[in-house]
Amino acid sequence: MDTIGLLRMPIGNLQSAWNALYELGFDPEMVDENSDFDGLSHLIVPGVGNFKAVMEHLESKGLPKIIRDFAATGRPTLGICVGMQLLATTGTESGSTEGLGFVNATVDRLPGGKGLPLPHVGWSTVDFRRDHPVTENVKQGRDFYFVHSYAMHCSDEKNVIGLTGYGTDFASIVSADNVVGFQFHPEKSQANGLKLLENFCHWDGTC
Amino acid sequence: MLKKRIIPIQLLNDGRLVKSVRFDSWRDVGDPVKSSAVYNSQYADELIFLNVSRERRSVEDLQKIITDVSKVSFMPMAMGGGIKTAEDAAFIILNGADKVVVNSVAYSNPSVISTTADKFGAQAVIVGIDVRWDEERADYTLYSDCGRRVENVALEEHIEKMLQAGAGEIMVQSIDRDGTMTGFDVPLIKRAMAVSSAPVIAAGGSGNYGQMRDAFVETDVSALACGSLFNFSDSNPIRAKAFLSNHGLNFKKV
Repeated sequence: MDTIGLLRMPIGNLQSAWNALYELGFDPEMVDENSDFDGLSHLIVPGVGNFKAVMEHLESKGLPKIIRDFAATGRPTLGICVGMQLLATTGTESGSTEGLGFVNATVDRLPGGKGLPLPHVGWSTVDFRRDHPVTENVKQGRDFYFVHSYAMHCSDEKNVIGLTGYGTDFASIVSADNVVGFQFHPEKSQANGLKLLENFCHWDGTC
Repeated sequence: MLKKRIIPIQLLNDGRLVKSVRFDSWRDVGDPVKSSAVYNSQYADELIFLNVSRERRSVEDLQKIITDVSKVSFMPMAMGGGIKTAEDAAFIILNGADKVVVNSVAYSNPSVISTTADKFGAQAVIVGIDVRWDEERADYTLYSDCGRRVENVALEEHIEKMLQAGAGEIMVQSIDRDGTMTGFDVPLIKRAMAVSSAPVIAAGGSGNYGQMRDAFVETDVSALACGSLFNFSDSNPIRAKAFLSNHGLNFKKV
């Protein structure tokens, strides 16, 4: 049986992500910098809050190296919301900050404007741009639940699995080898969100 | 474009689900955890819970409900009723709710809204506003404390204050229509919409899909919160959206 690790983060509630994985038939482990990552088959990095603050938290615990070492073994690694944003090379929230660098991308503030209040909150459509094992059996053009003000723009189209529009088109699902990211909250996106999580948990990390 | 939302609104009393008529004559309508599992399978867009227990109301009572509902419902959840401080609001959010609904404390201490919005984002704060139509004054009167205390502030002025304080959404609830299943108070929604730059949720009066169409089409309101419609009839969010989609309204695709 696969063992899914869910990384503890400084703020926010991991319970809904844990509950979603449990509902899918897994028994996820909450992990931190002192945990044994060798025993995990998959790692999920959730996250809410500020890019810079979350990255600083990870660095204070030595977690960027732990996450990179985990991913370097080829095991599937997933970032959710700010956890996805951290996969980028650079974030610009509260000043330019280096991310984990799995995806050649920057994370910038959404333009907002009339009729486009920030944060972007609610159900928005994800347009699948290319096939990927984590999107198998999820229909094209479905809605997922978003809460964010910053969004990822990739330098290389090949990393963009899903695209969403909110004043600008941004990457809502990204991938790079065995690493994937969801900008929306799959754990709050009912059956379609849970299907993506399930696909991730059954994925062997190859494309 | 953001989709229209349909939100089952669930009233809690001592851990049970209840339904009122004009904020009175409560009836037990079941178990909130079971109903939430059903709403999840019916693709409701989010859930709102309001604790209307009138004795010993505290946010600790909501903790178990949040925990249990989170195990069966995978959509955004808002909780309110009895929030008195920013610590209460934080307690509810840190226990797993995505948003809080504040009502009475918004009149006496709006800093609860700004503190919560600063910490968790404006989207985490819904301000609930309960109103009755006053024939003599020919205007709406605002009420706090589950409809028991008159607040001497005009609807528009209150909404503007709430937005300034950092509210992310405004929920207007017609006490006159509550539980009557006679349709939404469209003029009330229009007045709230005219001054609110934030999304407006309308509650009170849901009785059939035609009334929902009237409210959505005549006011462009963001969301309708329905209690009796789903508590007492065979109606459900899937059928509601199927009907409303035929009238050009745009909902999330599942």
